[in-house]
Amino acid sequence: MLNALLVVVAITIIAWLGAAIGLGGLFGVFLPYVAILVFLGGVVWRMVYWAKSPVPFAIPTTGGQEKSLDFIKQAKLDCPDTTFGVVKRMFLEVFLFRSLFRNVNAEIKTDDPINGGPRIIYYSSKWLWLFALIFHYCFFIVFFRHFRFFVDPVPGCISFVEMIDGILQIGAPRLYLTGVFLVVGVLFLLGRRLVNPRVRYISLMQDYLPLFLILGIAISGILMRYVCKTDITQVKAFIMGLVHFSPISSDGIDPIFFIHVALVSSLLIYFPFSKLTHMAGVFFSPTRNLPCNTRRVRHVNPWNPPKDFLTYPEYEDLYREAMAGAGLPLDKPLEAKKEQKSGE
Amino acid sequence: MLYNSKAVIAGIVVFLVICTAPFWANFGGDYKKPEVLMPANKSEQCVESAAFMRAEHMQLLNEWRDQALRDDNRQYVSSNGTKWDISLQNTCLKCHNNYEEFCDKCHLTNNVDPYCWTCHILPKGSK
Amino acid sequence: MAKLPTPQELVASRPELPSEAWLETKPVFAPGNYCYPAKVETMEALHMPRPHEWDPAAEDWNLPENWEKILCDAFEERLKKHRSLKLFMDICVRCGACADKCQFFLGTNDPKNMPVLRAELLRSLYRRDYSMLGKILGKKIGARSWDKNVVKELFYYAYQCTECRRCSLFCPYGIDTAEITAIVREMLHEVGLGLHWIMDPAKNCSFTGNHLGIKPHSYVEIVEMLADDCEDIVGVRPKTPFNEKGHEILFICPSGDVFADPGIYTFMGYLILFNELDLDYTLSTYASEGGNFGSFVSFNMAKKLNAKMYEEAERLGCKWILGGECGHMWRVINQYMDTYNGPTPRGMVTPKSPITGTVFENAASTKMVHIAEFEADLIRHNKLNLDPSRNDDLICTWHDSCNPARGMGLLDEPRYVLKHVVNNFYEMPENTIREQTFCCGAGSGLNTEEIMELRMRSGMPRGNALRYVQQKYGVNRMCCVCAIDRATLPPLANYWAPGVTISGLTELVANALICKGEHKRTVNLRQEDLPHLDEEDEGE
Repeated sequence: MLNALLVVVAITIIAWLGAAIGLGGLFGVFLPYVAILVFLGGVVWRMVYWAKSPVPFAIPTTGGQEKSLDFIKQAKLDCPDTTFGVVKRMFLEVFLFRSLFRNVNAEIKTDDPINGGPRIIYYSSKWLWLFALIFHYCFFIVFFRHFRFFVDPVPGCISFVEMIDGILQIGAPRLYLTGVFLVVGVLFLLGRRLVNPRVRYISLMQDYLPLFLILGIAISGILMRYVCKTDITQVKAFIMGLVHFSPISSDGIDPIFFIHVALVSSLLIYFPFSKLTHMAGVFFSPTRNLPCNTRRVRHVNPWNPPKDFLTYPEYEDLYREAMAGAGLPLDKPLEAKKEQKSGE
Repeated sequence: MLYNSKAVIAGIVVFLVICTAPFWANFGGDYKKPEVLMPANKSEQCVESAAFMRAEHMQLLNEWRDQALRDDNRQYVSSNGTKWDISLQNTCLKCHNNYEEFCDKCHLTNNVDPYCWTCHILPKGSK
Repeated sequence: MAKLPTPQELVASRPELPSEAWLETKPVFAPGNYCYPAKVETMEALHMPRPHEWDPAAEDWNLPENWEKILCDAFEERLKKHRSLKLFMDICVRCGACADKCQFFLGTNDPKNMPVLRAELLRSLYRRDYSMLGKILGKKIGARSWDKNVVKELFYYAYQCTECRRCSLFCPYGIDTAEITAIVREMLHEVGLGLHWIMDPAKNCSFTGNHLGIKPHSYVEIVEMLADDCEDIVGVRPKTPFNEKGHEILFICPSGDVFADPGIYTFMGYLILFNELDLDYTLSTYASEGGNFGSFVSFNMAKKLNAKMYEEAERLGCKWILGGECGHMWRVINQYMDTYNGPTPRGMVTPKSPITGTVFENAASTKMVHIAEFEADLIRHNKLNLDPSRNDDLICTWHDSCNPARGMGLLDEPRYVLKHVVNNFYEMPENTIREQTFCCGAGSGLNTEEIMELRMRSGMPRGNALRYVQQKYGVNRMCCVCAIDRATLPPLANYWAPGVTISGLTELVANALICKGEHKRTVNLRQEDLPHLDEEDEGE
């Protein structure tokens, strides 16, 4: 945990010092380009790496009633048997975290009055689902809002999102709710890793690192917008220089901008080589993205080995006499076998 | 060899297209940092320094609104002691009288939509 | 067998989470927490790689000299063969949602029984060999090298998972521990490590046709005996066709049903039902096993044992296969069989019930129908003359077995049947049934006596839920469609909810079934007096 925090603090300090001694070009131009290339290349490489292995078996988790007899109601969303059904299941999974929504918390009571002994009680536990949803959506909207610095003229959809995001019209510049909730979401995810003994036990440095990185990104962004303001007109000109592949000088931009960019770049570079690839991976998950029609449609395994088993003739050879004695029909009658034997 | 290559390649293309959107959306275009038109009477000072105004004008205007409308205080004392009337119409817009060439220049490109004009009349003939 | 602690003691004796990190702790092999190793002859007979003598409790497991290379290569090979493995190694975010979904974790509180850590045991090795940082940073980021203790750890925890897939239901990315456990078991087999309780049935099935090693003549004898019992009870002797050619249907059920109480009553139920329907079917001594212990060994062993079903259907000229009540059998049939050994022989057709004319389109390719689907369809079309009051001595609940629930989605068909053959039915609490069901805690080859305490621990969630309906509604019978359940649930019920008995679905169907030409039924299939007998006598 501390290691992860130290890494993020180190990136922050290096970027800050770097910007202060005039290395804005390094942190504002070179690093973002490298980060985007690594991110795009890395994620594509990762998807190709996965796709190089086949899906030998159709193993969807049937999360409800299968499609069978016409008077039995199929759970179409959790046990879809068509491609369109799978699309719906995946949509709910990706956009609403349906599986996480099922989450329950099992509490073991040693002496329950009804059971007269131990009993496990299952409490609905939607906090992880709720905060995970808040975190991911806020992160997405914050990311999406940034496109106002990347395109010109700014399209209406971005203005619309900004309008909704700042609808409470608190302060000037208007407070964006997603910024606040993003931090709340990250703090919850971080908090449960520290407080919940089980989750703390399973957490590794690479679980804390992205949370600290994102927290650093969010805080530096919020500071830049509300506290240590930088000249955003200059920032936009700078970013537009990047997207036009004709970078301009970073003069006149506050170092906090470079801290922000360095943290974002670090996240992008880290992304393809970490658990963050769950973003692409969820689409590949064979327990979710396959239709539950495995008895209706044959799934083909490209490396299916040849059949190797005790065939019936071999079986009959092993037990012919006993089978004859029990009156079982034989493919090769007993006498024939005896003749064969005497012939040898 | 890729398995399920159709779906995987489609996924990769969608991913790349979305993630590189800013690059191709701007392809071939050109962007120039907007130059705001400064007031003609250069002799007169603004209420605060240019650097301060660039960063904090939105906050200052917000404070002015609160002062004038909620606290009924119509006087602002700037950091160098000068006294100013708190008024968008009569103080700010007196010098910065070209809305399109001053306010809009930065606001449009950075997609800032101030709500000054939900109460005040937009200092622009047509709109 | 060692004496079991009381349920209270068992719950109280679950240790706290250890203070050391999981990379530092090692499993302790103590009698009662590990299964006996497979015999060398068994492994040799099945041509398993590197059979050798070893003892889990010993310090040295006599691994082959180049064991590390064998395991690394085995891992590499499986990463190339299974996208699921690569994906599940890469995308887990360790959110912990799976932790308390695992019955082994709930029962033992051993953190490595959390599905996430069970997978991390393998993931830590993956990190070292398949990520740059893992090589450099090692333990700091949860990467480690292979050593003999790691092998022991993998063995220990791969056999404390019943591959029930409950975790995969709750995982936001659908990470399926069954897949990881199955692959770890496969890898361990590469260095000659396997369980007696799994390999012996696999060998039997391979050579005699069924797990129990019942030879053809004995199989016939047992079935005839059960048919005699049916005659005594019903008054009509059901026909017992064996290995006969030219029938429409081949019937295959788990061999446990012909052998062990209470499965035999289910088997008698099949005989009585088929006789009543005058079904054109045959049994087979060659394909006399529906279950598949090979699926607890490796994908190839599962394929090998499964191959007999289509082979026999083709030889006998059957049009389709009807499958009996079994859990992992149906996981294999529903999700693997067609892939392993399909496409089906040419003579087979999409199953169509000869009684109702219903075409089972959902089995169009595999051509294999579950008996619960078949029975539900019969009842729906009013083809069975049922008297559910014959089961009035029973207050039933339904145990969804893990494989039919999460590997097939067979949830409402058996309930539909059950509700028509019994009058008293109560569900267990909602988080313990249907797709969220807890399994018996001893599936996937762990139904052996030597780990009874472990089984009672892993069976705790099911046992508690059963106890709840027993206390609340007076439930005295838990029904299921799984032969392993019928073997493992009686001791579990006896421990957690004494007084509850276990049965298959078809046993109760046959109890309630009024057969043509039957004599006055006075006892059920278990030869226990039927309820209401006294009242009827008084009425006369």
